[in-house]
Amino acid sequence: MFRNRGIAFKIGFSVLAGVVWIFFLAVATNYWFSRRMILTNLERSAETMTRSIVEHIDTVLAPIQKSTETSAVWLEHGEISESVLYSVLQDNVRNNAEIYGGAIAFEPYTFDPNRLYFSPYVCREEDRLKRISIGSSEYHYFYADWYALPRELRKTIWTDPYFDEGAGNILMATCATPFYRSDGEIRSMKGVVTADISLDWLQRIVQEIRVLKSGYGFLVTRNGVFVTHPHQDWIMNETLFSIEGPSGQVLKEVGHHMVAGETGWMPFRDPVTGAEGFLYYAPVQTTGWSLGVFFPGKEAMADIARLSTIVLFLGMAGLVFLGVVVWMIAGSITRPLSRLTEAVRTISTGNLDLPLPEPAAMDEVGVLSESVSRMQSSLKEYIRHLTETTAAKERIESELHIARDIQMGILPKSFPGPPECPRFCLYAALMPAKEVGGDLYDFFYLDGDHFCFVIGDVSGKGVPASLFMAITRTLIKTRSAAGIGPGQVLTLVNRDLAADNPSMMFVTLFIGILNLNDGRLAYANAGHNPPYRLLEEDGGIEPLVSETACPLGIMEDMEFVSHQAVLRPGQTLFLYTDGVTDAVDEQDRFFGEAPFEDVLRSHGKAHPQKLVETVLARVQAHAGAAPQFDDITLLALRFFGKDGGVCE
Amino acid sequence: MMQRTILRKVLCAGCCAALLLGWFPFYAWSEGPELEKLSFLPTWRPQAQFAGYYVALEKGFYRREGIDLEIIPGGPDRSPRNYLVKRKADIVSMWLSTAVQLASDGVDIGHIAQVIQRSALMMVAGPGTGIHSLSDMDGKRVAMWPSDFQIQPMALFERHGLTVRPITLAGTLNLFLHGGADVALIMWYNEYDALRMYGMGPDRLYAVYFSETELNFPEDGLYVLGDTWFAREATLCRFVKASFEGWRYAFEHPEEAVDIVMVAMRRESVPASRSHQKWMLSCMQSLIRPAAGGRIGVLSETDYLRVAQVLEEGHRISGTPNFDYFSKGCMNDVSQ
Repeated sequence: MFRNRGIAFKIGFSVLAGVVWIFFLAVATNYWFSRRMILTNLERSAETMTRSIVEHIDTVLAPIQKSTETSAVWLEHGEISESVLYSVLQDNVRNNAEIYGGAIAFEPYTFDPNRLYFSPYVCREEDRLKRISIGSSEYHYFYADWYALPRELRKTIWTDPYFDEGAGNILMATCATPFYRSDGEIRSMKGVVTADISLDWLQRIVQEIRVLKSGYGFLVTRNGVFVTHPHQDWIMNETLFSIEGPSGQVLKEVGHHMVAGETGWMPFRDPVTGAEGFLYYAPVQTTGWSLGVFFPGKEAMADIARLSTIVLFLGMAGLVFLGVVVWMIAGSITRPLSRLTEAVRTISTGNLDLPLPEPAAMDEVGVLSESVSRMQSSLKEYIRHLTETTAAKERIESELHIARDIQMGILPKSFPGPPECPRFCLYAALMPAKEVGGDLYDFFYLDGDHFCFVIGDVSGKGVPASLFMAITRTLIKTRSAAGIGPGQVLTLVNRDLAADNPSMMFVTLFIGILNLNDGRLAYANAGHNPPYRLLEEDGGIEPLVSETACPLGIMEDMEFVSHQAVLRPGQTLFLYTDGVTDAVDEQDRFFGEAPFEDVLRSHGKAHPQKLVETVLARVQAHAGAAPQFDDITLLALRFFGKDGGVCE
Repeated sequence: MMQRTILRKVLCAGCCAALLLGWFPFYAWSEGPELEKLSFLPTWRPQAQFAGYYVALEKGFYRREGIDLEIIPGGPDRSPRNYLVKRKADIVSMWLSTAVQLASDGVDIGHIAQVIQRSALMMVAGPGTGIHSLSDMDGKRVAMWPSDFQIQPMALFERHGLTVRPITLAGTLNLFLHGGADVALIMWYNEYDALRMYGMGPDRLYAVYFSETELNFPEDGLYVLGDTWFAREATLCRFVKASFEGWRYAFEHPEEAVDIVMVAMRRESVPASRSHQKWMLSCMQSLIRPAAGGRIGVLSETDYLRVAQVLEEGHRISGTPNFDYFSKGCMNDVSQ
């Protein structure tokens, strides 16, 4: 289909296909690299942002932890009165703006052997500080996390955030450090010093995280409980592992990393909106909580998506423009070609005088146009020459045709036989290879009882051969007379031919003189194929052999000898030229003597004409479509004896 | 002109008076008979463990039974034992073991329905503790809630000859999750799922269910003081009937029930995870279902005696209180 389309289409299609491929490859590569670059930058900025927030949180929390730990060290040494403890707590709360309240809780009966619970607590209430003693039969503070965890873990702990109703239902967390009594080597638990802090500022910091339009931050405890999240319902209610549905699976996956206190960057789907993006998470070192910042991928990629759209649009417009340009250029190339093609098509119909379109420039089309013009001139010259040559050839052929007519005219056409000539019958045929041939046959009566017959083959073909043949025939006819043997006739004719033969032409010839009374045959052979005598009784054949003699026209003083043979009544003598055996088929295989002799054997009793025509037919059948290279001449003579017979 | 205006005013006033008079009988009828006030204190803060009561209240089942119920939100500072004895609540939800001790201490207490038929108490050991059987707990740190929660685990350890280091605290999970305890005493319907919420799935835990041991104690039951029972038996039984109706409704409409519970939780600022509450409700359905041959809401004497025996062995009571007196009789009606 494509092969049969025009050059303009092929050029346009190929160029556009190539350009489209390269264009899309370039756009895709550009997009891929840009996207990677943006992601790398996004990850860097995510890391910077998340780490800076986490560090900021740590800078607030760490001093608070430091303060409880310092108090614990101070409490381990010396006995302190209740009023001093309250004073210490008051100073601690007053001097640390972030601290909402603080307690120093003692183990049972440790501070005072009579008091199970002893835990002074100071907290802010409006603009002043309030003193409370916590611990009662209703509130066993020993069992609370803020007391039991540092006691059991023997280190400072941060409780999970909790909503404190007393403080106005605000989110709080408690930092608690155990302190001990040292009795020599033994360190026994004495109590826990705590600092409660409001996490309002922490929530605010995280809630204020804005990444592009829809990015956000969230904070989870070390158990994965949401401390802040844009989805308010989850705060303190849900964990990274409790959200159901497909989005929950994403949270669970990230949850294990965050709870383990790892830092990382991973693809993430927002569990509420389903938006694709990335999450950077890092732990708050002081508390073990983890901060996650969601970066919406679609928004981060918005610029590159827009750029790619613009590039694609421009590219498509460019492709359309390129298509038009290619179409125009291809058209400018193919239009002269089309005009030239049209002109050549007209010229090919024979109109060689048609003027060719003028080439606009001497480019390839111009050169082609000039070449076609030259070809047109050459063709005209050639055709003119061909016309002349054809005319000459036709004239020659005409003359040859006439020569053939003449040649065939000089050959006897009337074949003797019964009833006019009851003692024999004869038939001959000559099929020239060209218009005129070099073969000959002839027959004539020398007197009432002697019948002379001749067959010959002149060297070469065409007019020279036919002329030589005509001379030879005339000479034979002239030199033959009653009482002269055939050998003598040939000797005389040879002398005449050889005497003046500048062309060095020659002729093989067989001459026979048959005595019609008794069948005696005198014959002489000048280098011709020996004729066959067809024996009537057994269907056999035999050649009339004679000594080897050279053809006529070569050696002037050559003497030819007459030979004798007898034809019995009913026997046939068959003469031929080598055009029969040398006939070739399309594969250049000779007809040969064996098939020829087979025909003679099988048709030995046939009428001479029938015999001649059969042999001719077999030769032609063998040759098929192969051209005839040599004249074919056949002559058959059947002798009946003096009593006569009938040719059947 | 003036006359027509006055006439119109009179007509309007007449119509209004007629309408008011006409509405009065309907208004008076809608008030209906006086609702009887009852107060109820669940064992703990609002959660699906008490879904039946919150659903029954929300759906008006108590009002339909002529009860104006107040559910007092439970919590660590509201002891059902104290609330009952000090008459701060008419009805309380308590564990059977607590109630038997109260009865043994001479408190005239009446059991009016058994809600949780088998023990939901369990112990879990975390990964990395090397605990793969009960005997592996020997010498380990076990975080336990105080008082009656420790009856079963301590009895179990004693029966198996194990010596553990008990750590008493209010919330067992944080210490357990921080590695401060090897074993934590938890409730199947609550903390077991909370561990999942904290990223520690059941596949990482070794668990001992007390319901599968010889210490299978029925837990939440409904209790009143003896005089309350005698004075208000019919009302109390209507309360029990409405409560179980609430449970049935909750199990048939779990989503709606969880919604109702979540509202109550938010009202009390209790952290509320929907998935967790759904889990809890499904557990309750299993726990309330009586054992083969038992009936819903009914305390079997076998269970009662088993609990009393363990308490006696632990010297927490001296002598088993009379079961027939302890177990009041309105459950049979409810279970019909």
